[in-house]
Amino acid sequence: MAGRRVAIVGAGMTKFVRRALETGPELAWEAASKALESCEMTLDQVDAVVLGSAPDAFDGVHMKVEYLSPGAGAWGKPTIRGYVGGGTGVFAAIQGWYHIASGMFDTALVVCEEKMSSCHPHPQAAFNYIFDHTTERPLGPNLLWIFALEMNAYMTKYGLTKRDIALVAVKNKRNAAAHPAAQLGDPNITVEDVLNSEVLAWPVQRLDVSPVTDGAVAVVMAADHVARRVTNRPVWVEGVGWSLDTQYWTNRDLSYPTYVEEAARKAYAMAGIREPRKEIHIVEPYDPFDYKELHHLEGLLLADRGKAAELVALGIANRDGAMPVTPSGGLLGVGNPIAAAGLMKVAELFWQLRGEAGPRQVPGQPKRGLAQAWGDLMQVGTVIILGI
Amino acid sequence: MERWVYPTTGLKQEDLEEARVCMTRAPLRGEYAWDAGVAVGRFLAELKAGRLVGRRCRVCRRVMVPPRMFCEQCFRPTDEWVPLQDTGTVLTFSVCTVAWDMRRLEVPEVPAVIAIDGASPGMGILHKLGEVGRTVDEILDRVHIGLRVQAVWKPPRRREGAITDILYFRPVGA
Ligand SMILES: [Zn+2]
Repeated sequence: MAGRRVAIVGAGMTKFVRRALETGPELAWEAASKALESCEMTLDQVDAVVLGSAPDAFDGVHMKVEYLSPGAGAWGKPTIRGYVGGGTGVFAAIQGWYHIASGMFDTALVVCEEKMSSCHPHPQAAFNYIFDHTTERPLGPNLLWIFALEMNAYMTKYGLTKRDIALVAVKNKRNAAAHPAAQLGDPNITVEDVLNSEVLAWPVQRLDVSPVTDGAVAVVMAADHVARRVTNRPVWVEGVGWSLDTQYWTNRDLSYPTYVEEAARKAYAMAGIREPRKEIHIVEPYDPFDYKELHHLEGLLLADRGKAAELVALGIANRDGAMPVTPSGGLLGVGNPIAAAGLMKVAELFWQLRGEAGPRQVPGQPKRGLAQAWGDLMQVGTVIILGI
Repeated sequence: MERWVYPTTGLKQEDLEEARVCMTRAPLRGEYAWDAGVAVGRFLAELKAGRLVGRRCRVCRRVMVPPRMFCEQCFRPTDEWVPLQDTGTVLTFSVCTVAWDMRRLEVPEVPAVIAIDGASPGMGILHKLGEVGRTVDEILDRVHIGLRVQAVWKPPRRREGAITDILYFRPVGA
């Protein structure tokens, strides 16, 4: 593996809520202070800070990371903001890794925050500016278009039904019922509820989509020699990978996320994984929409193309199945504060691999997990593999 | 892990309606003039003349639309303009019933990615379909991936050199 060994040694988060009383810096502080408390560390033991947050347009605050920095523990510290859209949450953990693996720092506090509720009447307004200003925006696009166009391309290519895909929303919202921070956990939701929800942009219906959320998540990362002093259960970063596809999204085959495969192959190679379906025990793929979980499982090479839905239908992807997928409850259930949602998946692996996930605990003492996020204009894949 | 979840305060609709919490509201106003650029500038001028054009890269042989002056795969300049047809094939589509602010639309919009004839396979542009029905069911009856479509242009004197000089694409033979 490249560089020094790096572990995650602590994690904390806010509740995920539709609209928080707290400001962005207050949310960042809540998550960061919990993460430090969880590993009994103080801010003076933190060498560097990595901050992740989605477009400034959501908050209406320019230089958002500078705005967040007092709450994120960045006072007087080397601080960086990485940004790859929805892929940011996992990318921030990757940045924490290379800060330490490089030898430059021994510890890093990684904080991802999002306050989407400030944007009125709906945060979708901020997404309208991801489209090309000359060739696309005059057509009046909205964010749902690209998901609907991708979902239709994927469903049609493999002959999947809406029911096949709705099962993902049911699984994740049920899993989230056992998450203490969840916004939309529902132990009783059925596939009929999803199929009968309002059509927004066919084939996308209301319950196929993750909610608008305010929240923050933080993890503490440390070099080998520090990690072993801080905890007897460090969770090691075994592999990382990331890749970006062309901005000309209408020129891509939308039925397959090639960029996720590229990111996954880099992470598997670094972790020495040859048979990911056997060697990965828990998967937290990015699930802002239910079909995305399936799309990403295929890009991660954890299912054959067009076959990920079978893992869900057969219960293999359940929390007690042979390959648990999104035991946290994911973006669909816990909530989707963009950058914080990706880091929530990393935190979930940390708790699962330490056996601290409580009622969500995956049985069988899992040894290795993979978290993946996705974003920009449907074009970035970010992957991290953690193990004990 | 419950101990490491902060008891964050979620607000309810009543908290806002009954003014139990304070807030500040203000619009952010910005106005921009985006230059179309070299490649898309020519693309728009051709639209005004009622034509679609792409750019060819002689190394990978792709004919690209939207056109670009550089090939992002070969990372070299593209070589020539190529006239395209105004017909194509639906690569994917949606039937969208809400606007960006989640207001319901009276008649759904049908955004689509359309592979343009004369460009390389899979080279699509974003546009909308029209003359395909007024309800979700009607539209799903008439539209499928693989549908052949043709551009419906604005009358020449109303064109302004914009992607909207094509009003929409409609099924061939409709
Ligand atoms: Zn080329």
